[in-house]
Amino acid sequence: MNAQVQTAPQKSGAAGAATFAGSESRKYNYYEPKGRKATHYEDMTVDVQPDPERYLLQDWIISFGDGRPAYSKDSTAAKSSNWHKFRAIDQEWERTHYQRQSTICGMIQNVIDNGRKSGAASRFDKTWIKVLQDHLGAYKHAEFGLGTATMQAQRYGYTQMINNAVLTNSSYKLRFAQDLTLYLAELGIDIGPTLDTAAGKKHWLEDPVWQGTRKSIESIMGATDYLEQYFAINLVFEPLVGELFRSGFIMQLAAAQGDFITPAVVSAAEADYERNLANAVELFHILAHEPEFAAHNQGVFNGWLAEHGALALEAAKNLQPIWSQPRVKVSSFADALAAAKNRIKNIVTEVGIRAPASLTA
Amino acid sequence: MTASLTLNKITAQKGIGITEAANRVADLGWTPSYVQEAMTFPTDYKISKVARDPMKQVLRSYFPMQEEKDNRVYGALDAALRGDMFRNVEPRWVEWMKLFLAIIPFPEISAARSMAMVGRLAPGEELRTGFTMQMVDEFRHSTIQMNLKKWYMENYIDPAGFDITEAAFGKCYATTIGRQFAEGFITGDAITSANVYLTVVAETAFTNTLFVAMPSEAARNGDYALPTVFLSVQSDESRHIGNGHSMLMSMINNPDNHLLLERDLKYAFWQNHAIVDAAIGTFIEYGTTNRDKNKESYAELWHRWIYEDYYRTYMLPLEKYGIKIHHDDVSEAWDRIVKKNYVHKVAQFFSVGWPVNFWRIEAQTEKDFEWFEHKYPGWYAEFGDYWKWYGRKSKPGETNILFDQENGYVYPHRCWSCMVPCLIREDIVCDEVDGKVYTYCSKQCAWTHKLAFAAEYEGRPTPAMGRFSGRREWEDCYHGWDLADAIKDLGFVRPDGKTLVPQPHLRFDDKEMWTLDHVRGHTLQSPLRLLRELSPADREKSLAEYRKGFKIRPFN
Ligand SMILES: [Fe+2]
Ligand SMILES: [Fe+2]
Ligand SMILES: [Zn+2]
Repeated sequence: MNAQVQTAPQKSGAAGAATFAGSESRKYNYYEPKGRKATHYEDMTVDVQPDPERYLLQDWIISFGDGRPAYSKDSTAAKSSNWHKFRAIDQEWERTHYQRQSTICGMIQNVIDNGRKSGAASRFDKTWIKVLQDHLGAYKHAEFGLGTATMQAQRYGYTQMINNAVLTNSSYKLRFAQDLTLYLAELGIDIGPTLDTAAGKKHWLEDPVWQGTRKSIESIMGATDYLEQYFAINLVFEPLVGELFRSGFIMQLAAAQGDFITPAVVSAAEADYERNLANAVELFHILAHEPEFAAHNQGVFNGWLAEHGALALEAAKNLQPIWSQPRVKVSSFADALAAAKNRIKNIVTEVGIRAPASLTA
Repeated sequence: MTASLTLNKITAQKGIGITEAANRVADLGWTPSYVQEAMTFPTDYKISKVARDPMKQVLRSYFPMQEEKDNRVYGALDAALRGDMFRNVEPRWVEWMKLFLAIIPFPEISAARSMAMVGRLAPGEELRTGFTMQMVDEFRHSTIQMNLKKWYMENYIDPAGFDITEAAFGKCYATTIGRQFAEGFITGDAITSANVYLTVVAETAFTNTLFVAMPSEAARNGDYALPTVFLSVQSDESRHIGNGHSMLMSMINNPDNHLLLERDLKYAFWQNHAIVDAAIGTFIEYGTTNRDKNKESYAELWHRWIYEDYYRTYMLPLEKYGIKIHHDDVSEAWDRIVKKNYVHKVAQFFSVGWPVNFWRIEAQTEKDFEWFEHKYPGWYAEFGDYWKWYGRKSKPGETNILFDQENGYVYPHRCWSCMVPCLIREDIVCDEVDGKVYTYCSKQCAWTHKLAFAAEYEGRPTPAMGRFSGRREWEDCYHGWDLADAIKDLGFVRPDGKTLVPQPHLRFDDKEMWTLDHVRGHTLQSPLRLLRELSPADREKSLAEYRKGFKIRPFN
């Protein structure tokens, strides 16, 4: 042996310090990326929740008392030949999620602080203040209901990709419910005792205008199928009731009542929804075009659409009297409802199912 | 700075304080009257209507605070690269991170999932709000750890093992204990799993060894990244501990719950000890090159974090509610660590099984021996020669130590309960459940399977309690397989199709690396299957032999 070619013992632990089998294998190699290259989101997410059909050699090793495993395909009526196909369109992992949520919190806080500094609330139309108190105050509970329903749903999905998309959906909804709550409380500081911050919950629980919405939300919260919850929220309730109220009412009417703050607060939820919607449409589109179970899934989705659609439509119609409450009337309920129906039609078409005439007519 | 302070003062306006904000946020919930929420996650506990002292938390201060923490973490990772951290990092340490970081993101995300379970049961909306934040925290922990792992893969000398991480997690004979840990958070009785096992025991007691003691050891090995990430993770835990305690307090005054609480505290403490001490003890004692005699050993750390901080100040005070605390289990766990060499036997087991894992384990050497003997008197007599044999058998061409006949090690039985093998040989328990024979590392683990995870407990029906399932003995999955075929099936082969991912040394040189050809010709077997095949009399004989232990042959 030639002593001169013997190398000194390896010192550096850095990449490239030596070349040997596998020394260049610097990518997670156990899954198929959706695109040509794996995204950072995929690396953070795919296969973290294991699957006995992929790498979980020993199967799930603790079950529920009734024999259900930790995760089961039976947690939803929908079927898939490949639950692992779905990737969230918004590609959210922790860093992007906190950046976005934190930016929104800062944006809302700035708008509220600056508005309050300039005495904005004193210029709100007096009738409008009561509208915000009663109805925005009631609506915040609907958002909270969606937040807790998705919190429940994120326990059940068959993959990490599905569950994390549902989890961030929950996080957005819960934040927005709190945004509205604290915004109204701060308005109350400036406006004084004429703004009753307890009125919203009373309307939520008792006002006939809100009972359809509450029933629709409670039906979603009470559903035991996690995908039914995710479907009913993003493909049905949000376009027919959530957007109807947020965009079709608050965003459109507020300015005319001298209110430029509320639309800014509510706009965050519209942007949140665009992301949640994109994720949900992607997932349900995949399932509606399943190589093996397309027909089955479309049947299931049509059932959910009919059931939750009827509840949401009823909820939307119940809200009609709100449109006549502001002093300055700049848009009609009929127009807003027509836009909502058009929206749900577009959404379900995108997924690949058809909205029943009762929802779109 | 004075200028901005003054400006702040002028522009400051009255907002709502945290207590009022938390109260208002808590008022978002209501009791449904049209459709009831389904009780999808069963529990046998009774929960009172009010939570005690839930923490005051709102999302609008939470998100910016967390983003700030993230900024510090990612800034530190960038700085570590600029400072050439990997040039001075100890590979012995980073190799163990292949195992640790393969395991930990799943327990973390399982904690997020389990918040659905306690969230539904939470008495009061303030506590439910706490659980929602914990859910988002755990999502943070899971993905920030996946990110750290990717970062090691991209920057460390040997990425093999990181590159297959989640596949390895599902298959490896060592990660099985991590899966037992995590599945415990998400299955069975919702309070048992998501409150007692996860929060009251794992988070409150054992995250200190995981997320505080481990980072210190990382830093001693030139790894500044792990401390940055895990101390940031740990900074969320005090909120989780608060949530869990609040939940516990909403049940503890009801004597109906006491029997179940005693069961679950016993189960959770013992499993956490068996699993966390096995893994983290090994990383800290055997993954380090730092042999400073002034630093605390794992046993000393355990005494501080688990015995003093947890047992004495958290568990013992529960007695005043009439809860029976299993003092004997706490002292038995302590004895296992200091007198029965639990951690050392686990490290030995992991190294014996190197061909079927997915990271490198190098031999301990003279430098290490001295420290071990200092911290654990008597260590050298029991383990010194073993590690010398291991060093000799680390060269390709030797018989791999798993099948080596020369050194005298006897492959252990698995514990059906904690999944760590029955390494303290004299303590092995063999028992029957539903007519089948099982082995356990300890009487506590036998109790866990036979009495705790059952349809009734001390005469009380417990329909919500979980059950052990699946192919729990890893060795059974490859019974009768050739070692080389098993390694291929595990996916623990490097991209050249022949070199093994695991290596029994840190020599980064193809000439020194083991390939499939070096390990072919040995047949894996399931100790439990063999034991079950014996007649009752022969089984007793075999167990008696097992309890006597083995002797490593003198190294020469
Ligand atoms: Fe965590
Ligand atoms: Fe935690
Ligand atoms: Zn055990």
